[in-house]
Amino acid sequence: MPGSLQKQNHPLASAKGQIELLNDNDSIGIPLFEHKLNEFGLDPLKPTGIDILQINVGKMCNQVCAHCHVDAGPDRKEIMTRETMQQCLEALAGTNISTIDLTGGAPEMNPHFRWFVEKLSQLEKQIIVRCNLTIILAHPRYNDLPGFFKKHKINVVSSLPYFNARRTDAQRGEGVFDKSVKALRMLNAAGYGKGNPAWKLDLVYNPAGAFLPGDQTSLENQFKRKLAEYDIVFDDLFSITNLPISRFLEYLVKTEKYEDYMTEMVNAFNPTAAANAMCRNTVSIGWDGYMYDCDFNQMLELKLNDASKHIKDFNLETLASREIIVNQHCFGCAAGAGSSCGGATT
Amino acid sequence: METYYKPEDLKKFSGITEWQKKLGDKFFEYYGAVFEEGALTKREKSLIALAVAHTVQCPYCIDAYTGDLLNQGVDEEQMMEAVHVAGAIRGGASLAHGVQMMNQVKEKLM
Ligand code: SF4
Ligand code: SF4
Repeated sequence: MPGSLQKQNHPLASAKGQIELLNDNDSIGIPLFEHKLNEFGLDPLKPTGIDILQINVGKMCNQVCAHCHVDAGPDRKEIMTRETMQQCLEALAGTNISTIDLTGGAPEMNPHFRWFVEKLSQLEKQIIVRCNLTIILAHPRYNDLPGFFKKHKINVVSSLPYFNARRTDAQRGEGVFDKSVKALRMLNAAGYGKGNPAWKLDLVYNPAGAFLPGDQTSLENQFKRKLAEYDIVFDDLFSITNLPISRFLEYLVKTEKYEDYMTEMVNAFNPTAAANAMCRNTVSIGWDGYMYDCDFNQMLELKLNDASKHIKDFNLETLASREIIVNQHCFGCAAGAGSSCGGATT
Repeated sequence: METYYKPEDLKKFSGITEWQKKLGDKFFEYYGAVFEEGALTKREKSLIALAVAHTVQCPYCIDAYTGDLLNQGVDEEQMMEAVHVAGAIRGGASLAHGVQMMNQVKEKLM
């Protein structure tokens, strides 16, 4: 991977370039997602409540995965400040939001990450950290992360697109599979992935190419069996569809698979999955404190359709009655068994 | 490029009902039932389908079941082993007929 799209000055590095391509649905003969929602009485999509706050603490990452919807990488300098984190803490206090989901980039690379986790854990809410595994081995200062996670009863959610090196490395970079195996063993040694709800270790499967994920339970069984050969255990597997955004979109275009992939998602449209889209119970916060319906809308810079647009003006009441902004990438959340940061939705 | 097999024709498969609806419908109903989870898992059936597709050398079926197996998370080694099963049975079938040839030779020679 030759660095982030931004570093390459690629036209799809900009949200505008991506939206223009996605909005040209006529030329590939697919309907508008909005019309599809309308057909099933789901338009406009509205929240059912706000239960999860997903906070993207920055785009910096030690990896440059080929499918990354964040266009993350070591060259990305966008990082959440402590001041914005403080605003998140203030917004969360006194709400009945149950879960805080920390993502990035590699969230651990934010210099205020540990401070933030310590503060968040005082709120006694469920905390998820989306850990890419290799960060644990990237530098000695990260080697103690398993213990840190354990101390704060973090639910660690980690991507491992496949149980072999060929497919994992093709998507996430040379040597990532071997390092991920080492990191998983360290997490297991700390007590993670062994059925204790305080130290839950979940894996994320996403297809290493232009195809949709299959049945989550059967994939989980395969992963459990295959990873046992490496003496690795984990709790749940979430199967996630690659949404046509950023680097995965660029991959689709470059390999001339864009049209087929979009059509495959449209053909797999499932109204129940659309009705269960994660944006209905989640609000996503960007590194600069702006709010979005989800991490994907964040990357497409589709700011929230609400009077309060920034975490400093967080207002649960207005947020709960907003209209969710949808676009063609949303077909990914509604395809087949559905897809969310917590896996299948049906 | 003009070829005998066009990838986009796979999508037209269901169109065979146009000229013989009753039989076509019966076929697709049967086809759907065959691939439902039963005494064999969906995965096992798809791997068998992949092997058979290679035996009958149907490019449509090869594409369709490769895609289906990728969706199901089946790995490259498993798919290639299924193809080897097809190859072994094909090769074995030829070689097993070698006995027929040997019988004939033995019968005809002094
Ligand atoms: S997918 Fe995750 S680990 Fe990979 S580059 Fe993006 S943020 Fe980093
Ligand atoms: S992409 Fe975001 S806004 Fe669209 S359906 Fe999925 S979660 Fe909702």
